[in-house]
Amino acid sequence: METTYREAMRTAIREALLQDDRVFLMGEDVGAYGGCFAVSLGLFEEFGPERVRDTPLSESAFVGAGIGAALNGMRPIVEIMTVNFSLLALDQIVNNAATLLHMSGGQFNVPLVIRMTTGAGRQLGAQHSHSLEGWFAHVPGLRILTPATVEDARGMLWTALEDPDPVLIFEHGSLYNLSGELAEDAGPVDIHAAAVRREGGDVSLITYGGTLPLTLEAADRLAAEGIEAEVLDLRTLRPLDDAAILATVVKTHRAVVVDEGWRSGSLSAEISARITESAFYELDAPVARVCSAEVPIPYARDLELAALPSAERVVAAAREAVGGGG
Amino acid sequence: MTHRTPPTGSPAVPEAAGHLLRQMLRVRRLEEQCVELYSAARIRGFLHVYIGEEAVAAGVMSALGPEDAVVATYREHGHALLRGVSAGVILAEMYGHVQGCCRGRGGSMHLFDAATHFYGGNAIVAGGLPLAVGMALADRMAGRARVTACFFGEGAAAEGEFHESLNLAALWRLPVLFCCENNLYAMGTALARSQSQTDLALKAAAYELPAWSVDGMDVLAVEESARRAVDAVRAGGGPHFLELRTYRFRAHSMFDPERYRDKAEVARWTERDPILSLRRSLEATGRFSEDDWNALDREVAAEMEAAVRFAEAGAPEPLDDLQRFVYSER
Repeated sequence: METTYREAMRTAIREALLQDDRVFLMGEDVGAYGGCFAVSLGLFEEFGPERVRDTPLSESAFVGAGIGAALNGMRPIVEIMTVNFSLLALDQIVNNAATLLHMSGGQFNVPLVIRMTTGAGRQLGAQHSHSLEGWFAHVPGLRILTPATVEDARGMLWTALEDPDPVLIFEHGSLYNLSGELAEDAGPVDIHAAAVRREGGDVSLITYGGTLPLTLEAADRLAAEGIEAEVLDLRTLRPLDDAAILATVVKTHRAVVVDEGWRSGSLSAEISARITESAFYELDAPVARVCSAEVPIPYARDLELAALPSAERVVAAAREAVGGGG
Repeated sequence: MTHRTPPTGSPAVPEAAGHLLRQMLRVRRLEEQCVELYSAARIRGFLHVYIGEEAVAAGVMSALGPEDAVVATYREHGHALLRGVSAGVILAEMYGHVQGCCRGRGGSMHLFDAATHFYGGNAIVAGGLPLAVGMALADRMAGRARVTACFFGEGAAAEGEFHESLNLAALWRLPVLFCCENNLYAMGTALARSQSQTDLALKAAAYELPAWSVDGMDVLAVEESARRAVDAVRAGGGPHFLELRTYRFRAHSMFDPERYRDKAEVARWTERDPILSLRRSLEATGRFSEDDWNALDREVAAEMEAAVRFAEAGAPEPLDDLQRFVYSER
């Protein structure tokens, strides 16, 4: 059946609410408004204000309340409108959710799911467009998911809810209208392994989330030039699937990392470092990176596009890697 | 409806007063033991002792039931002890031993204990308030008649999480007892130097929840107010707020030279020592003698000596276990 990323996510939330009394959705405008990005549209009417719970604009309190409810037997899904707003709840996520199990010597786990949008591309300016998932991937105790397909939008949530520890799900805002085929019986998917989205033997394009579509587009263009790119969708940023990263690099001997985060101190830097640590002698070319320009994301369309990774830049980086290694 | 002072009721019975005296003395002796062990370098890190404030924890804990939950701060040794965590396990934690309540991973500021529903041990000021709100939300949604007591200092009232949490708890009428331990100083910054409104019950009442100011040096007053508040919260009356006016006799931590307050002020407050005050008033009834006090003191001293022996006999967790408990073991 044809569906969208948004609908797949909504189906997943609805299924969780139906299947487990402990699950509830909480966040800003998730209820009466139907969700800022219409992900939860209709759920308030179906499940009522207790289980689809509108909150005040108090990110720290409602994220912390999600942690407390998770400690006390519930399975909350907390929605934060965008990753930029999550900074107002950083204390709760980093100092509490990520630490309580370890600090308590294994006594208190936090089975909480936090969903938020991330990323640019919609002319929303610097305070609604950043990609900070790499920051969260820095923190031990968290699991970081970045669904990039309708299957993962449909299937990652339930698996995340079954995880005994805090899971953060980053939904790139440009993906909500992505449409695709979804099996009628589509259900939970694993949240551990990266996925090869396209096979190829000449160069590995390693990406996740919102940059997967443009990376696949770049791979198509490269194929037209006779360069077969393998596209690896990381899916989970913490813990990283080191084996999958290593396997594709061993296969192609060339890697381009595509990450909408800034380059400095980034997830792309981490992946690049891991490749050089574990597969340096496999490489026929330096690891390349396509990241966002090191500026706050600007509003104006042309400036915003110039700041973001594009299929053209990925193609150019891949050509350089292949040609440079010749 | 809000109250500036708690409603009055019948006085506590002498047996209950004897229990409260014992509990306060246990906290005092534990803290004195901690200071001694810190000076002897058996305990490291930050150490914040509760000497002078014992009436607050003793009075509130006495009003809670065994199924109720407690969220506390980094000055929480006494709260853990009175919640039922043994002094030996608390000291073992501070020694960094695997026999400690958190296997040595938490230390003085992060005591946790699942068996007694003791949820820390939170060392980010006001960081525990959202947790308490969420725990109460879970109890409400699950239909449990449980109360979550959340302790924090007056310094927390300057944090956004204080305001967000009081609003959320009141908006959703959640079963939380907010216990503000007002010892007048946020580390070294006096309340009047950091907050425009120093009447904390008034500040809390702005969120439409009953808020009472209580003499935190009078354990009977604390116990009575807490009991009334706990009963009201449990009966579905929504969150309540107690401002417990108290004073820290010792320095903020072991690194504090106390440049910010004068000795005369400390002396004035130590005259109101909650343990000494209750002992004197019990002696005045003629039903509590110096012998009774000495027997109690010996009993508590023996408990603490045994606790030190337990902690000393422990051992650190094997280094191979460092990576455990970052994620759940399945």
